[in-house]
Formats: sequence, C-alpha cells, structure tokens
Amino acid sequence: MAVDDGLKIELGKQGVFVTTIEELYNWGRKSSIWPMQFGLACCAIEMIATTMARYDLARFGAEVFRPSPRQADMMIISGTVTKKMAPQVVRLYNQMAEPKYVIAMGACAISGGPFKQGYNVLKGIDRYIPVDVHIPGCPPRPEALMQAFITLQKKIEAQHLTGEGRPRFLDAEAQGEFPVPVQGEHDLEPTSNKGVWPVPVIIR
Amino acid sequence: MKTVEEIKAAIEAAVPGAKVEIVANPSPRAQHSLRLDPAHAVAVAAFLRDDAELALDFLSNVTGVDWPDKEITEKVKVSRTVDGVEQTAEETRKRVEPGCLEAVYHLFSVAKKHGPVVLRMRTVNRTDQVELPSLTPLWRSAEFQEREIFDLYGIVFTGHPDLRRLLMWDGFKDHPMRRDYVEPDDFEYEPTAHDAVLSRAEAHRAALQEQAAGQEGKVAAQ
Repeated sequence: MAVDDGLKIELGKQGVFVTTIEELYNWGRKSSIWPMQFGLACCAIEMIATTMARYDLARFGAEVFRPSPRQADMMIISGTVTKKMAPQVVRLYNQMAEPKYVIAMGACAISGGPFKQGYNVLKGIDRYIPVDVHIPGCPPRPEALMQAFITLQKKIEAQHLTGEGRPRFLDAEAQGEFPVPVQGEHDLEPTSNKGVWPVPVIIR
Repeated sequence: MKTVEEIKAAIEAAVPGAKVEIVANPSPRAQHSLRLDPAHAVAVAAFLRDDAELALDFLSNVTGVDWPDKEITEKVKVSRTVDGVEQTAEETRKRVEPGCLEAVYHLFSVAKKHGPVVLRMRTVNRTDQVELPSLTPLWRSAEFQEREIFDLYGIVFTGHPDLRRLLMWDGFKDHPMRRDYVEPDDFEYEPTAHDAVLSRAEAHRAALQEQAAGQEGKVAAQ
C-alpha cells in the first residue's frame, strides 16, 4: 500500500503525484492546528512572544489563536494551574471539538513546578486531561514551544487512521469527555483521573 | 513624624477609652507597632487618617499572623505542709497559653511623606471568636487584603463590604496559612522528594501498603 519514498520522488520528477488518504489527512490535520487563546501565568508571556513577528508560530500552521474553545484545535497550558482554575481548564478542554491536542508548557503545567507543595496548586494538568507534549522550563523559551509544536506535528504525521494507535476521535470506544473535578472541602475531588493518569511507578 | 509614644498619647487624648499598647520591635530598624483594642479600632484608625499632623492617608499592606496555642512548662517552687513540717518542693507545671489571630496594618502618609505606622489587632481566640473590625470603610485598599486574610487565616472582618474567599473557592473549609493546617494527602507521586515532602511521601506509601495488606487479609479470611 505504502509507496516507497525513492519511487515517489522518481514519479514526482515525471509529474505523477502519489499519496495515500492517510498522508493527506494527516498533512491537513498537522498543518492547521489553531491554538486556543488563553494564558494562565508567566509562561503565557513566552507563548505570546512565540506568536509575534520574531518567532512567528504562524509559519507552522498555528495561524491564529482562537478565543473560543469551539474553534480551537490545541490547548497550550501556559502556566500554573491552581486548584481553583483546574475545573475550568478541564471544562474548556471538554468544550473543544475533536481532534484536540494539549501542550503542557513549563514546569508548573507539567508537575506544579516551584509551587508544587503549595496548598492551591495542582501537581500537573496531566492528572485530569491527556497531554500530548510536555515542555520543561521556567518559563520555556519560545524555541522550546516551537519544538513542542513541531513534536506534536510529527506525532500527528506518524499516526495511523486505523488500528491500535489511531487517534481518539476515530475510536468509537474512546472516551471523549473528561470528568471535571469538583472543588471539595479540602481538595479537588477526585485528586486525579486515574484513567488518564495512572500513578507512575518510580524506578530507583 | 511623631514617635510611637507620641502617637499613642495623641490617640488616647483623641479617642476616650481607647486602649493602645506599644509592641516593641527589637531590630535595629525599631519599627514599633501599636496594638489597638478591637472595640475602638475604627475610631482610632479614623483619627489617624483624619488628623492634620499624622494624615495617614495610605494603607499599603495588611497581613495576618497566626499565634497558635502555646504550651509552657515552668518549674515552680511549692511549699507544702506535710505532717506539720513545711517542705519546699519543685514542681513542673504545664499551662496552655491560648493562641489568637492577629491582623497587621501598615500605614503611610502620602501628603506628609512619612510612615510607616504599624497597627495590630488581636482576636480573642482562634476558633470561635475571630471577629475584628474591618478598616475597609476607611481605606479601600484594605478590601482585597482583608479578604485574603479571611481566606487564609480565618479572621472575620465585621463591616467589610464583600467578605468572601479570595484565593480559594467558596466551599473550601480550611485556612491554609494557619500553623496547624495539614495539606491533603496527595503525595502519591513525588519523584524528587526530600525533607518534609519525603516523610509525607513515605507515610503515604506506608498507608497504601497497610491498606493493601488489610485487603489481602480480608480476602484470605474469606
């Protein structure tokens, strides 16, 4: 089914364009990822810098930041997620239409970072929603965000539309909505979504 | 600017019945503060703001302090009469000094370019009598800071126009900045733990193992 790369180039020279539906589909998906316009903390400043003229994230297809979750494809968790904000972040993620992706940007978003032991800080947004790319840094430089974006594009490109590793929105069985945590008397309830985040085993 | 002693004298002259106590600060900067009694605090604060000479028109900072109950052990010499003979014995006694919550206000004068004047107020205890008068009607800048203190320390400011939690959500029950606050047990994944976090993480792991062992025991019994 797949055409050999060498043959493809050879055919291209002859004016014959050969591709697969999967390749075209993935090319379309990866080339028009519009991020959602919302920032959580200081990482948002770097995110803004990434979209401006000097770094210009639009070059990669993140053309415009959409102010509505309904029109966005990607969520950049740019900063500390407090326990007060976490339900809203999950709710926004639920409101996004498939296909949807998440980049957790910076130390706070991936683990709680310098505020991890704070009484009001969530220890990483991956406890509630599936994260595609994690970037460390405090804050990460715009180059790091672009690297994460390109990593996400590569991940999309490599996905098969059928079979085991197919995207969530092509899997009828897959979960599309994620439970929003409730703000309880002492903490968020539940403290993590075990389906998304099985407690990692620490290997020493 | 007037010294704290002069300010105290001025307050006592202007507001009859007000009790003011000077809390000395032993540091080289010597920023002594004035502890007001909550009953007269609003009148005193109004005087400090409106007095022509002091004119403390700017409230820069409000913060809270938690003083937990303190257990004091002291040795007391007790004289007893045993069988008609007087004996002196040393006895260790424990007493609990009740704690309280404190609000601290830093006042400056923009008009006179002086400050700070530090005001303190204490609640009766830290459980049920935690009311203090709000100074928000006098200085609007106190509004959010008093809300934050209400949120994190649990001082209830009477007369505050909009006393709600500021940083935590409304259903939250604890006061995280109090000394006896215990954070929820969410230490299931601490890859780089050390010190207090390490001990909490180990306690969490031990509790999990105990729970697992208990369940296994139940299964075995069945």
